[in-house]
Parts: sequence; C-alpha cells; structure tokens
Amino acid sequence: MLFGVLQFPGSCDEVDALAAARRVGDAELIWHRDRDLGGADAIVVPGGFSYGDYLRAGAIARFSPAMESVIDFARDGGLVLGICNGFQVLCEAHLLPGALLPNANLRFTFRQVELLVVESDTAFTGACAGGERLSIPAKHSWGRYYAPEQTLAAMDAARQVVLRYAPGENFNGSLRDIAGVRNEAGNVFGLMPHPEHAVDELIGGSSDGLRIFESMRLAVEGARA
Amino acid sequence: MGAETPLRAGASATPSVEDALALGLTRAEYELVCIKQGRAPNLLELAMYSLLWSEHCAYKHSKKLLRTLPTEGEHVVMGPGENAGAVDVGGGLVCAFKVESHNHPSAVEPFQGAATGVGGILRDIFAIGARPIAVLDSLRFGEPGTEGAGAGTGARARYLLDGAVSGIGHYGNSIGVPTVGGEVYFEGPYEHNCLINAMALGLAPRAGLVRSAAAGPGNAVILFGAATGRDGIGGASVLASAELGGEDEAASDKRPTVQVGDPFEEKKLLECSLELLARGLLVALQDLGAAGLTSSASEMAAKGEVGIDLDVARVPLREPGMEPFEVMISESQERMLCVVEPARVEGVLACCEKWEVGGAVIGTVTDSGRMRVLCDGVLVGDMPVRALVDDCPLYDLAPQRPEQPVYPPPAATLTGEQAPGQILLALLSSPNLASRRPLFEQYDAIVQSRTLRRPEEADAAVLALPGGGALAVSIDGNGRRVAADPYRGTVAAVLECAANLACVGAEPLGTTNNLNFGNPEKPHVAWQLSESVRGLGEACRALRAPIVGGNVSLYNEGPSGPIYPTPVIGMVGRLPDARRAGRLGFQREGDEIALAGPFAPSLAASELAKLRGEQLPDGLAEIDVPAVVAAQRAIRDAVRAGALASAHDIAEGGLAVALAECALSGGLGAEVVLGGQRWDAESPLAVLFGEGPGGFLVSGAADALAALGERTALLRIGSVGGAALSIELAGETLRLTLAELGKASSSLGELFR
Repeated sequence: MLFGVLQFPGSCDEVDALAAARRVGDAELIWHRDRDLGGADAIVVPGGFSYGDYLRAGAIARFSPAMESVIDFARDGGLVLGICNGFQVLCEAHLLPGALLPNANLRFTFRQVELLVVESDTAFTGACAGGERLSIPAKHSWGRYYAPEQTLAAMDAARQVVLRYAPGENFNGSLRDIAGVRNEAGNVFGLMPHPEHAVDELIGGSSDGLRIFESMRLAVEGARA
Repeated sequence: MGAETPLRAGASATPSVEDALALGLTRAEYELVCIKQGRAPNLLELAMYSLLWSEHCAYKHSKKLLRTLPTEGEHVVMGPGENAGAVDVGGGLVCAFKVESHNHPSAVEPFQGAATGVGGILRDIFAIGARPIAVLDSLRFGEPGTEGAGAGTGARARYLLDGAVSGIGHYGNSIGVPTVGGEVYFEGPYEHNCLINAMALGLAPRAGLVRSAAAGPGNAVILFGAATGRDGIGGASVLASAELGGEDEAASDKRPTVQVGDPFEEKKLLECSLELLARGLLVALQDLGAAGLTSSASEMAAKGEVGIDLDVARVPLREPGMEPFEVMISESQERMLCVVEPARVEGVLACCEKWEVGGAVIGTVTDSGRMRVLCDGVLVGDMPVRALVDDCPLYDLAPQRPEQPVYPPPAATLTGEQAPGQILLALLSSPNLASRRPLFEQYDAIVQSRTLRRPEEADAAVLALPGGGALAVSIDGNGRRVAADPYRGTVAAVLECAANLACVGAEPLGTTNNLNFGNPEKPHVAWQLSESVRGLGEACRALRAPIVGGNVSLYNEGPSGPIYPTPVIGMVGRLPDARRAGRLGFQREGDEIALAGPFAPSLAASELAKLRGEQLPDGLAEIDVPAVVAAQRAIRDAVRAGALASAHDIAEGGLAVALAECALSGGLGAEVVLGGQRWDAESPLAVLFGEGPGGFLVSGAADALAALGERTALLRIGSVGGAALSIELAGETLRLTLAELGKASSSLGELFR
C-alpha cells in the first residue's frame, strides 16, 4: 500500500501527512511539478497554504501538473484524501461538491474538535463505527462548508456527508455541521480537520485520526484481494 | 557614462554634516566617519554608515554591558554574534534559538510589524542551517479596557493587540511553524510603545550548522529570495533607534518605513535555503534583516575578514529607478545572501529555480578588506569593512538611580473592601491574568507534529525530539516588577522561566533575551538597563543557563515617558522522557495538593496591588536564589520520575490564582485549607494573592509528595476533587465553581469581537 502525498510550494502539513500515512503503509512525497504519481495506490492532498493561497485557497494548486494527474487518477476510481487546504483544492478542482468560505468568526481558529462519523461504510471511515465520535484538531481560516440547498439535499440523499461536527463543535459555521464530504462515486474525500495530527496519543491526546488512514489501507487492500 | 572621479557621488552632491545629523549620526560620529574614509562620505556611504552605526545595528549603548553576560557552558554550541545561538540537545542535534523585537514597526503598523517580526526571527534560525520548529511571542500593550490606567478608551491597545495577533498568526500559520507559547501583559506605560518580541527555535544536525563569515576571495555573492523594493527604507535608524512620537499623525508618516511580509515567499526561501545547505552548496549564509544588504554584506565580510564587491545593478528590483543607496538600505523582506564557490553557482541558481525564488549573482568576495558598491561596474561607494562594522564608537552609560518614582501609579480598578472570592474573580478576569485562549486559538500550535504540550496545558511548551526526549521552552518577563526593582525583577524573570521548565521536567540549557528599555541616554533608564543586565547575568550563572544570543531594543518611549523596563527572557531546556512531560492541571480526584519551595509571598508590585492602583514599591524583597534553584531541581526530578500528577509555578496573582489555573486546566476542583499554618506573609490576602519566586503548586499521591518534601520545603494544603475550588483561610472560606472561575478567566474573548 503506497500513499502519495502531494507537495506544493506553501504546503505545511505534508510532512505530517507523510508520517501519518507511514504508520499504516508506505508513503512518498510527490512534487507539484511531477505528473507521475509514482504508482501510488492512494493520494493525499495535504494541508497548508499552497501557492500562498493567493487568489483563493486552493485555486492555483488545482492547476498544478501533479493535480492534473490526480484528477485523472480520481476519475479512474483512485482514492484521494484532501485535508484542510487539500479539501479546498479538491473543491476547486470540482472533484468534490461545495466550497469552503471564511470562518464565521473571520479568524484563523485552532481547536480540538469532536466529529461524528455519519457514514462508516466508506473507503475513508471503514475502520470507524457509525455514530462514533472522533477527536481531531482543526486549524484554518477558510473552513465554513457551503453548498447550495439543493446540492446539500442531494448530498444527504446520496450519503455524501461522511463527518459532521458534533453538537456545539461547529466553530466555523459550516452548513449542516458538515466537516467532511465524499464525491458521489465515493473515492474522493475531503475534510477540514486534520486526521494526520491525531495519530499519536502522546502528541495531542488522540489517535482517532489514524482510523482515516487505516480505513484507506483496508479499502485499497480489500479491492486488491 | 564615464566617471571623472573614481567615485560617482550619485544624484546629489556630497552630503553635509546636517544630512548626517538628520540620518541619526552625531556630529562626532560624522567626523569619525570622515577620518575613517579619509574624506567626506558620499550619500550612499553616509546612508550605510548611519545604519550600521545606529543603535539597532551597533549596540553602541549596550555592548559594554552585554559583555558582562555569561555566554559559555557545557551545552553551548553557538554563542552570541551569529544569527542565532545554539545548544546541544543530544542525539547529534542542536537547538538554535533567539528572541528579537519588532516594537517600533508594530506600534506604527501592528499587523505587518508583528508579521515581519516573526519572519525576521525565522530567517535568523534557518540562516544558521536549522529548521524552524516553533515560535513564541511576548507582547506588551497599554490597558485594553475602559477602566484601565490612563488609557482612556483602551481602543489603541485593542487595535494593536488585534493587529499584532493577526500578524503573528498570518505569518507563523502560513509558513508551517507552530506558535507554541507566549505571554502578553497590558500596562499603561506601553500605551504609546507596544512591545512585540518573537522567539523562534530550530533544530539542526550538529554538523549542519553554518556560520555567516564570508570566505574565499573570488567566490560569488548570491542574493536570493524576494525582489528588492523601496519598503522599509531606513527602518533600523528611523524607527528602531529613536523615540516614537505620541501623535497618530507621526505614526502614519512613518508607515512607509515598515516592511511588508509575504510568508509564502519565506516558506519557499526556507525550504530552498535548507536544501542548499543540505547539499553542501554554500560557504556562508546570512539573512537580510534591518539595514538590508548594507548590514548583511558588511557583517559577512567583517566576520570573514575579507572584502566584498557588490553591484547594485545586478540586484533584482521590484520597481524601476531605485538609487544605489536605496538598493543598499532597502529592508524588503524574505531575502538571503550567500557566498558560493564559482563551480557551485549553477547548482545554487538551479535550486532557487526549483523553489521558485529569485537568485542572482550580485558580487564577489575580495581580499581588499573593503566594502565596495558598484552600479553597472561604476564605483559608487568604497568603505573599509572594519570601519563600517567594528569602529562605531561605544558609549558608557551614565546610570543614576531615580530619586522620584518614574511611573505614575496605575488607575485603581478594584476599590473598597472585597471578599477574597471577589478579589479572585477580579484577578482572573483582569487582562494580565485571564486565559490566553482567545489569542492562542488564532495560532497553529501543532503543525510539524512535535507539540506535546499545547498552550495552557503546562507551564512550558514541550516539543518532542527524535529518540524519545523532548525540548521545553518558556518566555517570560514582568516589566512592572522590573520597574519596581530592575535587579531583582530581572532575576525573578529568569527564575520564572526556569521554574516553568522545571514544571515540565526540563533542565535549562541556554537562555536568550530581548532587552526592551527606554532611552539609555537618560540616567534613570541607564540605571534600569545596567541593573537589569546585572540581574540577568547573575541568574543565568546560578542556573547554568548561559546567554547564547539576544537582542536589544532601546528608545522605547512615548510622550509620557519610558516603557516599563522589560527584559524578555526565553529559555530552552531538555527532558529525557517525553512521556513524562509535566502538566499544570489537576489530573486525578483524590490527589493531594501541596505548596512546595521557598515561597515568601508579598503583595508588593503584585497584580492585586496594580488593581488597587498602588504606586510601585521602591525595591522588591531579597531572593534566596540558591534555595529557589534547589527547589526547581527537586520539582524537575519529581516530574521526571513521573511522581507528580501536576506541577505549576506560582506567578502573577499568587497562590489562589495558581490554584484556579490548575483547576481550570485539569477540569477538576480542589478543597484547600490554608488556616493553622505559620505563614511568612504580611496578611491573609498576601497568602492568597501575594507574589514572589520559588513557589510551586503540585498534586499527586501522598507518598510522592512526602518524597518531594525531603528535598524542598513542602506544605500539604488540600486535595483534588469536585467541581469547585474552595480555599479556607483564617476562618473564612472562599468557594467558587469551575464555571464561575472559567467565566471570569475567559474575559479576553471580548477583545477580539
């Protein structure tokens, strides 16, 4: 199982994502100018401020050579996880519905948050139980999930909302408490909180985020078997 | 165009002595420049001298004092004089760290001032080859509330606070370096001159450190990073070395001298620099900070005892038509200067291209010992390097202890007789003691996956090291107590940092400091400065935590006088077992609580005295430094042994506030009885709210506390449990629920609405 972790100029959490992925499999960085994804079984688009997040968060990264390959990889059914800035990039690339707007408080906010696993039968949450709570930190300025009402209804019908903020935890004002969504095909998933920062009890007191990476490994190996 | 003379003076004629005075030099200094040059300097040369001979670059009023500080010790790998100091942390790794101020720019434009302060200190860290792993900040503002001391509406303090916090977050968050700690105080004397000090830590393999000395005549000098513009011209001399006027018009006049930061550019610059070093492509590396190319090139040449020829026409510019002197003194951010062997120039430029940072060969190392500036091959400036860097006159201070109080008493916000519970709530909700959560929630504290203790989880930030150990870091400085007693106040600030480290189980390895003072040419400020430096040296010696680097920021004055003298101390320590890093909050119901250490609380210069509007005392009580250091050692050993559930240093607000902090951090109440003891304090209120070094609040199993009592003074005062804090003293009981305490403590949130 090989994870490929994209690295843009301005990526910050790619090293953390790399280390987290390596707890469940092999993982390598993929430079933004590379079109070759190096045979990765799954892609992580990491957090940070790709290209400085100038213009709009994720708007420039979406056009990088590596992302063009990731778009093809996703269309072919490959697993793609977008975390924070990576989620924004995947929305900009139209691999995921909706958009991330500035937090309701208009400030960068760092907080440990409780998430509810809405869908446990997915390639990204298969190692979790339905309704389970995950304690994972979030840290961002633009994390308020938005989609038109019609889209939200369709997403609910198609069970595309994978994670919601637990009651009282939705600090950024996301619509319907949405913290993480997948595409219709179920192979692309983005979330604002950082599972790669909750992989070790010693650092931050929770290893709940590891379940996301573990789920991806199970999905890839299950598909292979 | 052909040059008639060997030196083209530039557009204007040879400047006069009046021009030199306008640039901040004294008449005598100008005459000395003429002697060193053997003639009158031209405009470019005068501009360069005025910057390098400014207080900011030459430390001309502080250098003699700084020479008295201890700088050597068993852990020191790199001491003062380089971009940052470094200590050995074991496992072949060193920790580089330094604190620096960006006070005056932040008073003029808080967001960019604070942001570029963070950018500047980060460049200092990676300039010596270390990857930045953490930022801490130390902030001082005027009173933010309408009831505060002499601050009127508090609007200016709130504006500066909001801008500075946003700026620090903007830069640190975007560049992927966690902001793991810091401190902030609000006091009237900072109303017109806020303090923004930023500290950064980096990690490097011991063999990977690089120095900034240029070497090898014939080697290329490459400038890489952002293009050079007109921003920040004259920042070092205009801003950092003069008093700020009180009027806001003056501030807006100076706004163009503040630099504008771009963390994305710096992130690329950081990765590019570290890759260049890792591939062994550089001879020397230096960041461009205050005074831009002027100081970085001259200092590299001076350290290597060589000369440098620079051609300003080769510097990539952001705007056309810049004069040579403007290119030389621009303080555009996110730039680095390196020395490269000719065969490796191509490799360096290719690495710059990879990271999408500009890179250009702009000069050559020579053996002339001269700093020569050319413009398209025409010589436009020629100065002896030593004259520029080393020959600025150093001044003796004329310290004099003031006869009269220097500072007015703060306005009282707590009047009349109050019950202890009301006093505790007033203290907890006061800006200096309230929870810092509304600030630190705006910072990414966890990127890089090293942060073992987040803000308000422990007295010091704790960062995991490879191999199972951890670094601990603390930053501290209480200007009001230093104002009351510059010597003992500074000793206490250093001890406070070490106490914070002890509470997580760390042993101090080294210290950095930022001396924020008023105008040193005033005798009472000179006295504050020299007494403070004396205290700093003595305390660092007692702790075996030598000074490995630092910064001095003088002329911090507003129309109503100097700031409180504010030495900001940053201390780095190490603990062997990351799993046993201490916590400040109560952890287990039923644990016993004890007061440990030689604690002699006094209300003099305390937070309670401030709330009551009391005049600062003339002097603080004597400190038994060896006893405090021994107590710290005992606490550290107990934490390292895993014997204590919690450990918290008693600081501002005294014992009662410390108890409330332990309860809030751990989410557990406590029953405490202080009656029936013999207290070495002037009154029951002094027992509850008195301050002084040497006291710790610990919790744990009874036998563990008994063992600690063998090593230091220890008094069992209660037990952990419930959802309220109850303190009984002299027949009276103070009882507040965690919810009440938490509500009081969350008052700073109002400042960010």
